[in-house]
Amino acid sequence: MAFTKKDILDIDSLSVEEISMILNTAEGMKEISQRPVKKVPTLRGKTIVLFFQEPSTRTRLSFDVAAKRLSADSLAISKSSSSMVKGETLVDTAKNLEAMSPDVIVMRHSSSGAPHLIAKRVKASVINAGDGIHAHPSQALLDLMSVKEKKGRIEGLKIAITGDISHSRVARSDIAGFTKMGAEVVVSAPLTMIPKGIKALGCKLADDMESCVENADVIMMLRIQKERQGAMLFPGEREYASLFGLNRKRLNLAKKDVVVMHPGPLNRGVEIDSDIADGKYSIILNQVTNGVALRMALFYLVAGGGKRNADKA
Amino acid sequence: MLTRLKGAKVVDPGNINAEKDLLIKDGYIKAILDPGEPYPRLEKSTSGSDSSPVSVSSADSSFSLDVENDQYIEIDVSGMTLVPGLIDLHVHLREPGHEYKETIETGLMAAARGGFTAVCPMANTSPVNDNAQVTSFIINRAKELGLSRIYPVGAMTKGLKGESLAEFGDMKKAGIAAVSDDGCPVENSMLMRRALEYAKGLNIPVISHSEDLSLSKNGAMNEGITATKLGIKGIPNAAEASFIMREISLAELADAPVHIAHVSCEESVEAIRNAKKRGIKVTCETAPHYFTLTEKAVADYDTNAKMNPPLRTEKDRQAIIKGLADGTIDCIATDHAPHSSLEKDLEFDKAAFGIIGLETSLPLSLKLVEEGILSFETLIEKMSKNPASILGINNDLTPGNPADITVIDMESCFTIDPKSFLSKSRNTPFAGFKVTGEAYITMVKGKIIYQR
Repeated sequence: MAFTKKDILDIDSLSVEEISMILNTAEGMKEISQRPVKKVPTLRGKTIVLFFQEPSTRTRLSFDVAAKRLSADSLAISKSSSSMVKGETLVDTAKNLEAMSPDVIVMRHSSSGAPHLIAKRVKASVINAGDGIHAHPSQALLDLMSVKEKKGRIEGLKIAITGDISHSRVARSDIAGFTKMGAEVVVSAPLTMIPKGIKALGCKLADDMESCVENADVIMMLRIQKERQGAMLFPGEREYASLFGLNRKRLNLAKKDVVVMHPGPLNRGVEIDSDIADGKYSIILNQVTNGVALRMALFYLVAGGGKRNADKA
Repeated sequence: MLTRLKGAKVVDPGNINAEKDLLIKDGYIKAILDPGEPYPRLEKSTSGSDSSPVSVSSADSSFSLDVENDQYIEIDVSGMTLVPGLIDLHVHLREPGHEYKETIETGLMAAARGGFTAVCPMANTSPVNDNAQVTSFIINRAKELGLSRIYPVGAMTKGLKGESLAEFGDMKKAGIAAVSDDGCPVENSMLMRRALEYAKGLNIPVISHSEDLSLSKNGAMNEGITATKLGIKGIPNAAEASFIMREISLAELADAPVHIAHVSCEESVEAIRNAKKRGIKVTCETAPHYFTLTEKAVADYDTNAKMNPPLRTEKDRQAIIKGLADGTIDCIATDHAPHSSLEKDLEFDKAAFGIIGLETSLPLSLKLVEEGILSFETLIEKMSKNPASILGINNDLTPGNPADITVIDMESCFTIDPKSFLSKSRNTPFAGFKVTGEAYITMVKGKIIYQR
């Protein structure tokens, strides 16, 4: 099977087969990062633009490392270093990037749908590295990879997600990804953080965090954005932690072999207790490691030999 | 100058619904005749002399026709439908200030092509139409052009800031037909009450843009499943409906009329229906996009489906249709809102709200007739008679009234093509829609301002 998608914009636009292919390719890529010389020539001569309109450290670094390990030339432009601060429109910026013939544009933007707008205008492959509160497909894919690595499967697992679902692109993509691959996703949060029509996303809404994590195979905690207190979503961090923070008591409700995930950055003591974040159930750092391999797989599939035959990865 | 429009089916709701000829003299309707009926109605003079001059019927004794000097034109419109000129209560013509989007000229050309003999441009120009000078500029510009009529809507508050009343009286003398802070809801309830009371004393209708900004803030589309999937911040129905409920309470308190602009959702229709039952003087309008499209039109982040209030759900669309059918919704207006690619070729949340509608309103609205939701007469009430009555205009097709007329070709089937628009802007979600029926002739005061 050949990978034919030009762009990776969201999970919804990927089929089960395509997701499996990405995950399999990523597993193969992982070994490259463990070699003494962490570099293969696969994407030599390819240009990858990291176009980050929104601040990002981990995701950008992860894409950058992934590009370099495949020998692609990667260059980063951020909002402050680009003409966007001079009032250039997104479409104009993209047209200018296109004129320099990049092979892949990795894009993060504060507006939902911005990568979709650009993907229609450029020949380069567009990989969405997070758009507004819409999607963060590479994060969801690395989460799938990390769970599959630990559990050997996705199908039939209970995934408990707790946090601000309304404003989280990670939550949207994870819900889409895990349900698509056959897991059961249950979410919990203060109702101010649950968007209208949540069930249309394919998940269940738990009455409280306890019933959400009960018998869960995976607990995923989302970062509480402290600046959102101004948006009247919750009264304060102390109360949030008492109702929706992951502590030892709640962790004990889950399956014995539960894994705990978090897309980072952590608010220790708010959505997750420190000893759990650092404890034996946590696979938070595996997520980061797998992120590089997963993004190498995405580059390979959209820009490299994957177009012809992914099985030879 | 005498014009005879021959052979059309004339539909003037509550007045005429038959094949008639319309005789127009010097811009005014002179007579409505049966097909083939001669005019002037020749009568033998009672003296019986064959040499006596032509005389008119006694019913028209004031009129004498100088056949020698008057130009006489016959226009064959057989097979067409002739109605009182359509009136759009809600447009944005962008001049003064944003002429790159639309000018009074291009806006009025679009209006004429859409069959509208009169439009009401909202006050959010730059400078704002909150004083007699701007009103006069708009009116004079429209006069020079000699296209559709213009009934400007003055700002309700100075600078549309919602802080103090604009000078309704001054603006009325200059020619405004209504007041509204369209686009900027008047949040201060006392100020809104005062506006209703003050306008009532001057006999000026008040049009309310009903939106609770604290609920709609940062929203870019309808709050619901589609917004959740797309990750777009939502605007709930309650932002509109709760504000309309306030307007109804204030209209009741002030015992003054209020007209609600662009009704988009079920709860709003319900609130207005109940208020009407209670005898409160509330009228309202909706726009073709609210009974034609739903939020699904946004699905690929199409900024041409972004407007305020937003496209809602199928349930709301059905409620709008029901409101139109049972008379709760009085008017169909377009909220014609031209924008250039500078405002629309952007990220969805950054793109401007609004779509154009003057050149698509009639064909889209005729679908309601085709589908049996409205009778043709009722549609004309909503697109002509009711807007006229809200503005305090008598536009009946009766002798003595100005000949503001729309002749509709009900058979014309075509595909909406934005490239053909006379408007300066192209921001429509209706490109490619197959529709039936459009204006064939638009006539203002006897002058043909558009002929297909």
